[in-house]
Amino acid sequence: MSKGQTPSQTVGPFFAYGLTPEQYGYAFRSLAGADLRDPATAGREIVIKGQVFDGAGAVVTDAMIEIWQADPQGRYLQPGAQGNRGFTGFGRCGTGYDDENGFRFTTYKPGTVDERQAPHVTAIVFMRGLLSHLYTRIYFADEAEANGRDPILASVEPARRATLIAEPEEPGTYRFDIHMQGERETVFFDV
Amino acid sequence: MSFRPRDWSSHPLLIDAGYKSTGLRGATKPLVPLPQGLSELTGPVYGAEAVGPDDADLTRNGRRDGDPQGGPLGERIIVTGRVLDEDEKPQPGMLVEIWQANAAGRYIHKVDQHDAPVDPNFFGGGRCVTDAEGRYRFISIKPGAYPWGNHDNAWRPAHIHLSVFGPSIATRLVTQMYFPGDPLLPLDPIFQSTPAEAQDRLVAVFDIDATEAGFALGYRFDIVLRGRLETPWEATP
Repeated sequence: MSKGQTPSQTVGPFFAYGLTPEQYGYAFRSLAGADLRDPATAGREIVIKGQVFDGAGAVVTDAMIEIWQADPQGRYLQPGAQGNRGFTGFGRCGTGYDDENGFRFTTYKPGTVDERQAPHVTAIVFMRGLLSHLYTRIYFADEAEANGRDPILASVEPARRATLIAEPEEPGTYRFDIHMQGERETVFFDV
Repeated sequence: MSFRPRDWSSHPLLIDAGYKSTGLRGATKPLVPLPQGLSELTGPVYGAEAVGPDDADLTRNGRRDGDPQGGPLGERIIVTGRVLDEDEKPQPGMLVEIWQANAAGRYIHKVDQHDAPVDPNFFGGGRCVTDAEGRYRFISIKPGAYPWGNHDNAWRPAHIHLSVFGPSIATRLVTQMYFPGDPLLPLDPIFQSTPAEAQDRLVAVFDIDATEAGFALGYRFDIVLRGRLETPWEATP
């Protein structure tokens, strides 16, 4: 090992035209958006929505959330397999744009990736005022049995596990709010 | 195989006394260790097909004047370097996305309130994919410094934002590249949030070999991502 890691810096307030241009109406093609659906993929369509809250309880209107997930059969996109066609499992959404200044992904419920872990989506959080991106996981409240066996959830102190579980809001729609600080501070992982 | 941990002696802390917005936005509880599995060892794949012909040339991709001799105002620059891992292994086929202010220090972003002029021929966003040697290359103009509200008379040094995935979501990196000799660097809380021994990794090097005669000044900026940890015992059943 001879080279030090390039330090992280904040994404800042002006990422939208570079990273999520179509969502914000800029004339530049987005590589990934908030709708992950693909015509050739069969699976249960779901919406994952939420808001990001700062330590004073204010809604963060300039965060970017990225998600990474397996397909409905529990398979991840493999390098070289299909490039960025079909269901990629990757999405990006900026906050501050919809009626609740949150994020909203339309995707498929991920399958089980191995026999131990419950279905989950990885979420990466970026925002002005956040110097290094943070990783969390979105689990699903209607997978109680699988969640009960999941080793990653088990590694989290019981009182904080609920911060990782998306709650059904209406059929097919899950709410996953992200709290940066406070009593309900979301569990962030050192991946 | 897994990736080396994020080296927290290289990255800024989440709460930084100088950078005020971190006070309510940085997580306060310790990060929970997550052993890397399939969910962490995979990531999005963007090859050359993801990138359009002018995406890496910011002097062309925002032109609105239709004048072949036209283009954005400012000092033309070439920003190039390699995406490497900690073992200096080049990372080919990696998406690099950038965004920056124009030469006057104004972003095209709708919420930028700075009263410097928008350049009708400059957009400020670009992307490219690294070649077989892990090399990327952008043509742009040097961004201007701009004021911000962090403290009285606060100015951001000239910088370019960069976003890289690397081979998996574990190697994800969003950072900023600065310019050598900028007098604002010692005064900028975002740059200064970086541990002192790692700060020079954020500053590009002027490179006469990357400079093109009669055309643009060259700056070299290598991006170093987390390396791999080989765990040979996993290979034997």
